[in-house]
Amino acid sequence: MTKQEFTQQLSNSLAGLNEEDIRKSIDYYSEMIEDRMEDGMTEEDAVAAVGSIEDIRSQILSEVPMTRIVKEKITPKRDFRAGEIVLLVLGAPIWLPLVLTVIILALTLFLVFWVIIMSLYVVDLSVFISGFASIAGAFFASSGFMSAVFFIGAGLFLLGLSVLLFFGFNQVSGGMLYLSRQMGLGIKKAFVGGR
Amino acid sequence: MENQMKRGLLEVCVLAAIKSEDSYGYQIIKDMSSFVEISESTLYPILRRLENQKLLTVRTAEHNGRLRKYYHITEAGLARLATFEEEWRELKQIYEFVTREVKND
Repeated sequence: MTKQEFTQQLSNSLAGLNEEDIRKSIDYYSEMIEDRMEDGMTEEDAVAAVGSIEDIRSQILSEVPMTRIVKEKITPKRDFRAGEIVLLVLGAPIWLPLVLTVIILALTLFLVFWVIIMSLYVVDLSVFISGFASIAGAFFASSGFMSAVFFIGAGLFLLGLSVLLFFGFNQVSGGMLYLSRQMGLGIKKAFVGGR
Repeated sequence: MENQMKRGLLEVCVLAAIKSEDSYGYQIIKDMSSFVEISESTLYPILRRLENQKLLTVRTAEHNGRLRKYYHITEAGLARLATFEEEWRELKQIYEFVTREVKND
């Protein structure tokens, strides 16, 4: 790939960002390629050395805040015409609920993530507490020696289980956080468009 | 290494790389490469973030008939390096404790 092709592809892949952001990143990468060529690399090698377009795109998008991307996307590139304003106002009963739905959906998704994570720990806590309760029950509520032994055994089992669950759930919530970050990146990519 | 931690450390590395004199992107990568591998796509957001935090300033200068961006550390950037040195002493204590405990096992 030549430098020209590279910058063209990069600029396409970032198409939805604001122009200054695009220009800055293209300036940066062309400078890098030129510096490498000056250092003795061929153009082909220098382009290859700065990494793949997809990596660069992911890296840039993960840094740009979601709000900026959305703002850039919905800010009109030119002033509205009178007819368009009338249409916008008249169409408000249709587009306003749609926009609200999207916002509420995003918030709900966010909430669901945290509720799932929280519920895992609530389950763990309940197992832990029932372990204690079972041991206490052995002394206060059991009828006879054998059932007391059984209660204590069950209590110890539950306590042990709660410790194991805690580590398991830590892994799960770590995975969920990773997933939500990836989803955020995916949403940004969909918003920005380009390839 | 944990992402957040590495990111913070790389920011300090970049500040250190431009401390004694102004430098440009490729030079920063070369200077750091014998200690830490850093790619162009990793460096770019770091430079932007440092610029936004006003820890460095950017100026454009001509070089061989083309433009190149030079990065200059600010007072705030120098202060950041100084706090890092203090924080590092604490981290080093933690490191020593951890390695001692691991060896004792």
